[in-house]
Amino acid sequence: MIRVLLALLLLALPVRAEEIVSGVSQSGVSITTNFDGTAIMVYGAAIRDRPAPDWPLLQVIITIEGPSAPLVVRKKERVAGIWLNRGAVQIASAPSFYAVATTGDIGEILSPAEDAKYHVTIPQTIEAVGSSADQGKYIAALQRIRAESGSYRLAQDSVLLLRQSLFRTDITLPANLVEGPYKVRIFLTRGGEVVDMQESQINVAKAGLERALYNLAMQSPLIYGVLSLLMAMVAGWGASELFKRLRA
Amino acid sequence: MQLYLPIAEVSVNVFVLLGLGGLVGFLSGMFGVGGGFLITPLLMLIGVPPAVAVATGANQVVASSISGVLAQFKRRAVDMKMGAVLTVGGLLGSTIGGFVFDLMNRLGQIDVFVQLSYVLFLGLIGGMMLVESVRSLLRTSKAVVRRGHVHTLVHRMPFKMKFRASGLYISVIPPLIVGAAVGFLSAIMGVGGGFIMVPAMIYLLGMQTKVVVGTSLFQITFVTAYTTLVHAVTHHTVDMMLALLLILGGVIGAQFGARVGVRLKAEQLRILLSLLVLAVAVKIAFDLLLTPSELYSITRVVG
Repeated sequence: MIRVLLALLLLALPVRAEEIVSGVSQSGVSITTNFDGTAIMVYGAAIRDRPAPDWPLLQVIITIEGPSAPLVVRKKERVAGIWLNRGAVQIASAPSFYAVATTGDIGEILSPAEDAKYHVTIPQTIEAVGSSADQGKYIAALQRIRAESGSYRLAQDSVLLLRQSLFRTDITLPANLVEGPYKVRIFLTRGGEVVDMQESQINVAKAGLERALYNLAMQSPLIYGVLSLLMAMVAGWGASELFKRLRA
Repeated sequence: MQLYLPIAEVSVNVFVLLGLGGLVGFLSGMFGVGGGFLITPLLMLIGVPPAVAVATGANQVVASSISGVLAQFKRRAVDMKMGAVLTVGGLLGSTIGGFVFDLMNRLGQIDVFVQLSYVLFLGLIGGMMLVESVRSLLRTSKAVVRRGHVHTLVHRMPFKMKFRASGLYISVIPPLIVGAAVGFLSAIMGVGGGFIMVPAMIYLLGMQTKVVVGTSLFQITFVTAYTTLVHAVTHHTVDMMLALLLILGGVIGAQFGARVGVRLKAEQLRILLSLLVLAVAVKIAFDLLLTPSELYSITRVVG
């Protein structure tokens, strides 16, 4: 009886040819005093209820996205011999961190339509305010600067895919992380179409002393300021007294 | 060993910070200056955001001036009355500086504004010091006669007050203006401002030289403490962890600097200091004048 019910239940579920079962090496990242970045391993398998089609081949795309924030991108221009910030473009939202890892050339394994729908590639994650003539240049500059600092990364062929089913990749999170939820997404594609998508979250938060100092500075800034002064006085005066004793 | 700074939100090498503090401490111990004008640009150079560099620089100056002012108190080399007037001016100037800092931040010109202030003031003071000390080195044999009592504009202004320790009977307006100017610079440059106040006290106010250093340290301690508080409360940009490391490195460096300093002649020291000040000004001027390698910059929108 139970078996029949289970079978009916399974039939009632939307039938998908392939589904993702996955895990992430850690569910949270603590930024402690000696935090110097960390590596996140994302692994999983594509499970299917029928034999996989021979063609097109299964491809995997994994993204990790940090909290988004509004930004201003400014451009320097020479004014009377001095380089000043002149032009500016408002960005409604851009992720503080974004890494894409794939099993192949992103242009081949994901169609532009699917990319626009799921916001997979880096340009798709940046939202500008309004539109102006040279906005494109500013957005390109934003991507270039963040790519150079390691905040935006496209690592093609960095996902290992075994027997068209098991996959894994390592994504390094840099030391200059912004706090908040980091979204991990896994896409399975065939012939450029998304077959299945799964989303999970990693929480990045300051911990210990970092947390305590940051909270104090933001929530009770006056107490924090007075503490900074006391620390400066004690350290400045105390250390010079200590040296006087040592010399004497 | 990397250290994640909670407020600056960057990861920096501990030894780089200690070394930086130590180097600046060495120079400040040698020349008897606070060193804020070196710390703030150096912090920006290693990737600390300008707002955090300025606020934390002010906090560091508190530490380096507090032990100095205590030593001067023991020697009775502080004119408390003059110090109080300068401090009142300083608090006013610092408050105005805080507003200007905010305004420039909103306009997106804070980096250029801070850099221009550095070039202008360091260039001016460094140049004046260099010319003056080279001249005095050339005429060391000739005794310079300084007249005890010169009547200038300073003596014709109203609200006169007696400053016994400084040997002055002048209007409170000039010291208030000097204090305010230094306070303003402290808020926008993250410096103590001794390099401007000391010459102003000698040449503009005509104070007795023996109380100049102590009194300027007195004003600097209060004004930088106030500046630190203002930045902490309104911008949340004081990084205690960063300040602590700079101070530790700085105190140790200052001990060695002071030992080297006593072996050099006063004129030699002043020439070296003026060259150092000019070098910083020229370096920052080049940053403003040369085509930057990256024209674009990203700012997070706050609030």
